[in-house]
Amino acid sequence: MAQSGSSALPSIRNGRLRALTDTWVLTKRQLVRIPRVPELIAFATFQPLSFLLLFRYVFGGAIDTGGPSYVNYMMAGILVQTAVIGASATCTGMAEDMLGNLAERLRSLPCWRPAFLLGRVAADTVRNLIVTLFLLGAGWLIGFRPACSLEEGVAAVALILLIGFAFSWVGMAMGLASRSVEAAQSMGMAWVFPLTFLSSAFVPTATMPYWLRLFADHQPMTWLIDAERKLLLDQPALSSLWPAVAVCVLILLVFIPLSVFLYERNSSSSAARL
Amino acid sequence: MNEGSAIWTENLVKRFGSVKALGGLNLSVKAGSIFALLGRNGAGKTTAIRTLATLIRPDEGRALVCGLDVVRQAAEVRRRIGLTGQFSAVDGALSGRENLVMFGRLYGLPGRRAKARASELIERFGLAAAASRPAKTYSGGMRRRLDLAAALLASPQVLFLDEPTTGLDPASRTQLWEDVRQLAAQGTTVVLTTQYLEEADRLADRIAFLDAGRIVAEGSPAELKAAFGNERMDVTVGADGDLDEAARALGRFALGDVAVDREARRISLNIAGAEAVVSSVMRALDGAGVPVSRFTMHSPTLDEVFLSLTKRTEPAARSSLDVVEFPADRKEVG
Repeated sequence: MAQSGSSALPSIRNGRLRALTDTWVLTKRQLVRIPRVPELIAFATFQPLSFLLLFRYVFGGAIDTGGPSYVNYMMAGILVQTAVIGASATCTGMAEDMLGNLAERLRSLPCWRPAFLLGRVAADTVRNLIVTLFLLGAGWLIGFRPACSLEEGVAAVALILLIGFAFSWVGMAMGLASRSVEAAQSMGMAWVFPLTFLSSAFVPTATMPYWLRLFADHQPMTWLIDAERKLLLDQPALSSLWPAVAVCVLILLVFIPLSVFLYERNSSSSAARL
Repeated sequence: MNEGSAIWTENLVKRFGSVKALGGLNLSVKAGSIFALLGRNGAGKTTAIRTLATLIRPDEGRALVCGLDVVRQAAEVRRRIGLTGQFSAVDGALSGRENLVMFGRLYGLPGRRAKARASELIERFGLAAAASRPAKTYSGGMRRRLDLAAALLASPQVLFLDEPTTGLDPASRTQLWEDVRQLAAQGTTVVLTTQYLEEADRLADRIAFLDAGRIVAEGSPAELKAAFGNERMDVTVGADGDLDEAARALGRFALGDVAVDREARRISLNIAGAEAVVSSVMRALDGAGVPVSRFTMHSPTLDEVFLSLTKRTEPAARSSLDVVEFPADRKEVG
């Protein structure tokens, strides 16, 4: 009885190929949203764009970078901050998916389970790329002139995507852990601004009081921003690149397994729809 | 496990914290039949479905779907089932067609096959006109049909429907019943939960009443009605007849009390079975010289079964409750 009619069964193809197809199918699901739900990109660009203008024209004149022009200085801060904030979109989107009913259906399908998580971060990476290129263009219009070689420029964009990818997984874990979309929204944002402002994003840390500087100089956001800045401004970057990459790798090592764990745990214990 | 069962569970237990959602569920569902799970809110219906659909792991016991263990062979089970939950589970930003193609591919259908299958189901469920519109613009009935179509992409052997018609208008509901009947006729086993007793009555071959996550009564709709509902008889006495005389004559046929409505001149009583008593009732009334102006019989409904069972299973009575079950092969009496 068990095997009757198995000729009509959907095939389980080669495992690795299956993982790829499923990830692509679920990435596509998110990608079609980019043109269809323009608010997603609009929200992601509005905040950094207003920061760009605010710091360029309002605060920037009063800040001495001790070297590069202010617009050249702050661009790295804006880009990294935006990539990190991208985590909140992952967080909210994931919470929406999990609290909705789509996730339930996906779990009942014979597909590769991590594809659901991977598809989202893959699409978020594409969104990050679009937003990053947009901000670079907007920066150009208000006087940002990177001094880097083409290779350094590509590396600078790649670093932003790596940062965005890593923090997407942070947002993913938060989204999976939240009990409501509203909670996910505030949780996804609350830590970003303190962490990015208490760094070298917008002012050289040398201008801060000693105790604050102690924190700002030794927190990962500064490492990420400094690496990005050095790539963009053609300063010797290699020595500051490895802490930035190490931070990203460390985040991935912690938050990918954590996300998978939370996803599987949600699957088997939710009594929400008893 | 027994041959011919599409679903078979043994002593299935699932706890959520201190709440026992399944309290030792024993189920056996014949392949190709429609099986309905009924019970109060929180009786364990949805938990039962979610366990069988491999969404949650049982804490104790065993469940087989198509002969495959839902825990150890979950991936194999998933290839053979379709699930439609209580709420629409499609992506609102995608069109109906895109949703179906996506789910088809996730079932493992190759791209071209997924597209062909999506088109087939769009046709079959009358969604052609809306197929390229985002699913969030669909009406409740259309979304439910899209849900059902998504569950059918891989031609499942077992289809789980959790409250499939909740919130649907009567026309959409009738349409969905027709679809379900057709599927069962083609050999799909359907397990559904519902709050509408009429739905179970009209659709199901067998019904199980759940309470505290176990079955308290199981049988065909007719069997359950015969066992737990009563047939009622209303006799309206003619203007010149004596009501008390009539009530006395009817008394010996009644299960319980005889109700007399003097204003309407109507006497109501529960009886054991129409075939057995109707002619004797007529003779008795005739013998007593009571003229009858109106005579109606009321068949028992599943609502009565539901009420009588939920009354019996109130916490105080629960300990003494025995499971009532009818053998599946017994002939229907309705």
